Amino acid sequence: MLVQYLPFLILFIVAVAFSGGAILLSRLLGPKRPNPVKLAPYESGMVPIGGTRRPFHIRYYLVAMLFILFDIEIIFLYPWAVIYLTARAARLFLLLEMIVFLGVLMIGYIYIWRKGALDWE
Amino acid sequence: MIAELVIFIILGIVAVSSAFAVILSKNPVYAVLFLVINFFALAMLYLVLSAQFVAFIQILVYAGAIMVLFLFVVMLLNLTGAIESLQDKLPAQRWLAPALGMVLLVEIAVVFLSGFFAQVPEASELPEGFGTSAPVGMLLFSRYVLPFEVTSAVLLIAMVGSIVLAKRRP
Repeated sequence: MLVQYLPFLILFIVAVAFSGGAILLSRLLGPKRPNPVKLAPYESGMVPIGGTRRPFHIRYYLVAMLFILFDIEIIFLYPWAVIYLTARAARLFLLLEMIVFLGVLMIGYIYIWRKGALDWE
Repeated sequence: MIAELVIFIILGIVAVSSAFAVILSKNPVYAVLFLVINFFALAMLYLVLSAQFVAFIQILVYAGAIMVLFLFVVMLLNLTGAIESLQDKLPAQRWLAPALGMVLLVEIAVVFLSGFFAQVPEASELPEGFGTSAPVGMLLFSRYVLPFEVTSAVLLIAMVGSIVLAKRRP
């Protein structure tokens, strides 16, 4: 059962070892001659302006939150789509269930639209 | 079986130590990144339990989407220098948190000692393809169809709630 995920594990280990090894080796082997310009954060070649920890606008949060909610909606479509092909007798039931599910979320979608949460002002 | 146990122990150590790192990190961005490691360890633990669908959803939704939201919230709140002032504002928390933690610990101990796990049936051979999306869908749309429909209402409430909170006019 778990053996079929062995390639995933190998890929994961190779990815971690490669990225970690690259950082570790450059730290061990590379010369260290720091100066203030080198240690400054890289900002597309510009002189950095201020800190990075400034507050973001709330609309980023709103978009991320709505994305997650519809993301979870899509997750439920996966098992539904997989069994829809094989379930012959229960297809109407499955279809109605999904229509109810999507219908409730569509109310939310219309609400979001009408409230103007999708506009970037 | 032995290999499974070894994998389980390694994943458990990773999960617990990354969870400790989350609560011990002073920098909230580091805490969120440790939480990503924790979610990956949990996803692999689900795989060990043959819950394959749940494992990949854990990575897709939690490690992918919810982490982004956490990072946004950390950046929205701009906590630099705010941690000390928060400690001053909630003095009761210092005493309340360990007390409630102890209550939870006692509860867990009672569940373990009461013989609850003796009622769990012996492990049996799993059917072919257990935990993949087809059997999960079969269960979801037969036995658990009501919770599935209730989920849509929960999502709707979350949508309305986030809009009411974020779109409030000052």
